[in-house]
Amino acid sequence: MLAGASLTLWRGTTCLFEALSFSLPVGSALLIEGPNGAGKTTLLRVIAGLTQPESGSVTWQGSDFRQQLQSGRLRLTFSGHSPGLKPELTTRENLRFFAQLAGQPARVSEVLDATGLGACADLDVRLLSAGQKRRAALARVLLSAADLWLLDEPQTNLDTAGRRFVEQALAAHLADGGTAVVAAHQSLDFGSAPVTRLALGN
Amino acid sequence: MAVRTDTGSRDAAAEPALGLLTLFWVILARDLRVGLRRWTDASNSALFFILVVTLFPLALSPKAEQLRMIAPGVLWIAALLATLLSLQLLFRSDLEDGTLEQLLTLPYPLGWMLLAKTLAHWIITGMPVVLMAPILAITYHLPATALAVLTLSLLLGTPTLSLLGSIGAALTAGLRGAGVLLVFIVAPLMLPVLILGARATDLALGGEDPTGPLYLLGALLVLALSLAPIVAAGAIRVSAD
Repeated sequence: MLAGASLTLWRGTTCLFEALSFSLPVGSALLIEGPNGAGKTTLLRVIAGLTQPESGSVTWQGSDFRQQLQSGRLRLTFSGHSPGLKPELTTRENLRFFAQLAGQPARVSEVLDATGLGACADLDVRLLSAGQKRRAALARVLLSAADLWLLDEPQTNLDTAGRRFVEQALAAHLADGGTAVVAAHQSLDFGSAPVTRLALGN
Repeated sequence: MAVRTDTGSRDAAAEPALGLLTLFWVILARDLRVGLRRWTDASNSALFFILVVTLFPLALSPKAEQLRMIAPGVLWIAALLATLLSLQLLFRSDLEDGTLEQLLTLPYPLGWMLLAKTLAHWIITGMPVVLMAPILAITYHLPATALAVLTLSLLLGTPTLSLLGSIGAALTAGLRGAGVLLVFIVAPLMLPVLILGARATDLALGGEDPTGPLYLLGALLVLALSLAPIVAAGAIRVSAD
């Protein structure tokens, strides 16, 4: 269970959200919706523990989020605007690093093929197109073995097949007992998984 | 396209996948690889070091006596400036390409990961300086004992400079045009290392016992190793916010 309690965050003189609360049972998804600048990314970063809210707290299974993260009881993966990949390294080298950190280096080739990156696995990431970078970031998510996925606009720059793949991956993750928080401006099809919608910016 | 998201490891999620030593090695190896691919950046501080050290004899006098006298100071100042020059690159690219966000959301101690990154940075930018120093010092007519002490003092001192610098680099990673600010933050912290390093070499040059300052340099290194990564970890959380 992921829960946020009375989260408040100001950016300069703008209040992005105030006394925002949500709770999300395991196996379900939270879809953060809203126009550009509504604070979707910021809320996602607050949940990831990257940005400190003015007040309020995020908890996982009833206890403090960062504590759970540092003790290893919670594994999360965050996929933001920046792909988190080194431009000088090849796609395979980048993904092998994250797979090692998650303890499953043997799955790199399999995930590269599944995300359609097999052909450019040994190209430097700086040579990839925006869509291919997004696919590589998605491959990193798949390799993370995380319980909680935090995805910021996961379908940006992707073609139709890529967008379908994101939805399939999310549905499979949720069916498998995972939890996901997705910030997006268009709606996603999560399959049969329960979805909570959270609209920001009004 | 078949989708498989998990390998059944979710139940055993209480233990992080890697031990601390393996983690250290994995991060070190990756940063070394990135650093070598970006060799033009990496060679900057070594070239700068060579340049500064070779300019002094040209501008002052080429007399052996005089060169020998200024050698400890010149070599140590050049090493310090070369370190300062390289520091801006330490965490900047990690912040820009999102690597830092990834490290911050991992179930591993952040300070430990930053220590691995700082060591990789020292191997790429600091070690070439240490290796070149005795060769360049020959042109300053330094005797063999002083050469050995100079190299040893740089070997003990430059990692301390990199560790101190990692604090400033972590504080200023998110700022635009923070180069000069970074120098002003860390340079005062680096002065004891400069004083002790140059003093040790100077003592050896005069035929005296340099062990006192060398021990102190070692002590500073241990202190920086144990404290700097913790401070840098706190600073990088602020920079990534």
